[in-house]
Amino acid sequence: MIEQEHLIDLQHISKDYDGVTVLDDINLYIRKKEFVTLLGPSGCGKTTTLRIIAGFETPSSGKLLFEGKDILDIPPYKRRVNTVFQKYALFPHLNVFDNIAFGLKLKKMPKDEIKRRVQSMLELVNLTGYEKRHVDALSGGQQQRIAIARSLVNEPEVLLLDEPLGALDLKLRKEMQLELKSMQQRLGITFLYVTHDQEEALTMSDTIVVMRDGHILQIGDPKHIYDEPANAFVADFIGESNIFRGTMVRDELVAFAGREFPCVDFGFGENVPVDVVVRPEDITVVGEDVGQLVGTIRSVLFKGVHYEMIIDCGEFTFKVHSTSMQPQGSRVGLSIVPFNIHIMRPMDTPKREAAEHAV
Amino acid sequence: MRYNVSLPWWAYAVMGLGLAVFIALVGLSIRRNHGIKRSLFSAPYTMWMILFTILPCILIAYYAFTDTAGNFTLDNFRTFWDSNSEMKKLVGEEYAASIPRGTVNVDTLVYSLWMAFLCTVISLLLGYPAALFMADRQMKLGASIVVLFVIPMWMNFLLRTIAWMSLLEDNGLINMMLKAMGFKSVRLMYNSGAVLLGMVYNYLPFMVFPIYTSLSKQNPSLHEAAADLGCSPMRTLTKVTMPLSLPGVISGITMVFMPSVTTFFIPRVLGGGNTMMFGDLIESKFLTEGNWNGGSALSLIMMLLILISLSILRKADPNGEGSGIV
Repeated sequence: MIEQEHLIDLQHISKDYDGVTVLDDINLYIRKKEFVTLLGPSGCGKTTTLRIIAGFETPSSGKLLFEGKDILDIPPYKRRVNTVFQKYALFPHLNVFDNIAFGLKLKKMPKDEIKRRVQSMLELVNLTGYEKRHVDALSGGQQQRIAIARSLVNEPEVLLLDEPLGALDLKLRKEMQLELKSMQQRLGITFLYVTHDQEEALTMSDTIVVMRDGHILQIGDPKHIYDEPANAFVADFIGESNIFRGTMVRDELVAFAGREFPCVDFGFGENVPVDVVVRPEDITVVGEDVGQLVGTIRSVLFKGVHYEMIIDCGEFTFKVHSTSMQPQGSRVGLSIVPFNIHIMRPMDTPKREAAEHAV
Repeated sequence: MRYNVSLPWWAYAVMGLGLAVFIALVGLSIRRNHGIKRSLFSAPYTMWMILFTILPCILIAYYAFTDTAGNFTLDNFRTFWDSNSEMKKLVGEEYAASIPRGTVNVDTLVYSLWMAFLCTVISLLLGYPAALFMADRQMKLGASIVVLFVIPMWMNFLLRTIAWMSLLEDNGLINMMLKAMGFKSVRLMYNSGAVLLGMVYNYLPFMVFPIYTSLSKQNPSLHEAAADLGCSPMRTLTKVTMPLSLPGVISGITMVFMPSVTTFFIPRVLGGGNTMMFGDLIESKFLTEGNWNGGSALSLIMMLLILISLSILRKADPNGEGSGIV
């Protein structure tokens, strides 16, 4: 029954370019009305995955199912997906109206129907009255919104977005993130979003797919990915982290940074090497006498909402976020609650189950 | 043939003044900046322009509006409109009415424009697909085709035309092959078709290259966007690729039409005496008749026509991307 909910199914998709593997056995499904983000550093294969779904690339092997049917042989212009391109790719020889109406005109829709739909799209993206403008005369943010309108007006089953906010400044990007999310919820369209910005992914997505080197490292909702990263790479890529090499002494006891800490993880075995991840905000600064570790504050940075302190505990260095500040050079104690210590297998033995859609 | 170049005093004055202004400007720019200004580097070219472009234009205009004695007259233009006007003057007004208007000059101009138009259209029809093929990123052959287009241009234009002659003439290569196969020989030369062939052959690269340039610099994601929005490959071509290559097409048209309309030599070689184009007419006025005034008037008319057609082309390309030549 769950299978039927899948709108898009990528099965064992691989892609080589002249012998270089860009995608290696990708398995992923996307549900109807889901906001899925492919997240990873550049060169991880996220854009290639998107282009395969759009039809601009053909995988070397694997299947691409759309509502259960293989669509690999269907050319891009017949697929019920639309793409918002990285640099918008607006048609420079057409004005705003004709850009948005491009897809509708191809469908031979009646003129007043086209006009009505373009109008309502312009309303949706807050650009009413811009019909006659030349696209080159618009700002980056406006061009972005026209590109989104041009795709959405065709009422695609899936909207593919390839780093659509990359060229915008920070403030505009944040605004557009919220706008896109609310648009997606209002229209009930499935979004597949590609970005390298972890904050963007966390803000907007229902499901995040973390990729690296053509592999999927982890799939899950933002909170799951943030709180339970599958490995040190994910932990480091999503948010800031203190990552240490450690040893799982036994169940619920881990040794790192020169001492043993109680934790909540089990099932790793005894005396097994592990990666230990602690988020900076999960470390509490306490009195020198009550901390699990004692250290000296090397530097303090004001970051707006919190202070970021770099604390040296012998040879180990911790990054700590706290709303209260301790002066530089002072001796403090550090304390970590067992629940906030995340244990993961080292990267060189990747979890096989990480590639499954874990919900 | 020698021609007595005698200019009135004011022509020398204009030239002298131009030179004086130029020297003064250069001097000023050096003094103001206590060093050499960047615009000074354009001085050799500016000098060249003044000597070999602006002055000759002034001279042509001067000759066009004067007679052999240097007096102002519109007779040269009258001759263009009615080639019998000289004769009419000689026979007097009584008999002039019985002599019809001589249309040879106007007819030659119309014929030249028509031939140039045909040459441009054929070049466009042949050149656009070629440019499209060359610019196709998936075609590995594209680059070698570019070379094939360039190689004939290494050869001199006159040689290329004469080469065509040895192919097309009555005892030429083609007719020899026809005869060897038992056919009758065919007259391939000395008609408008042969002239047109020679023109298209010579000017085609000037159509292909601007179009090729504008096609190959198109952002491929625009073509993907068109496909994404529902364009079949054919529709992508007509709705995106072609409209975006318009600047290239316009500069191609300009670069073919301009030399086509002023073509000479090709009609003489491939057309024999049967075809005459406006370029030949101008040439014969200057060199055969020694009539610098009449030739200048024809040149002026030609320049005017080119200016008009260029401004029409510019209207068709309001963004002005192709206006590099225009």
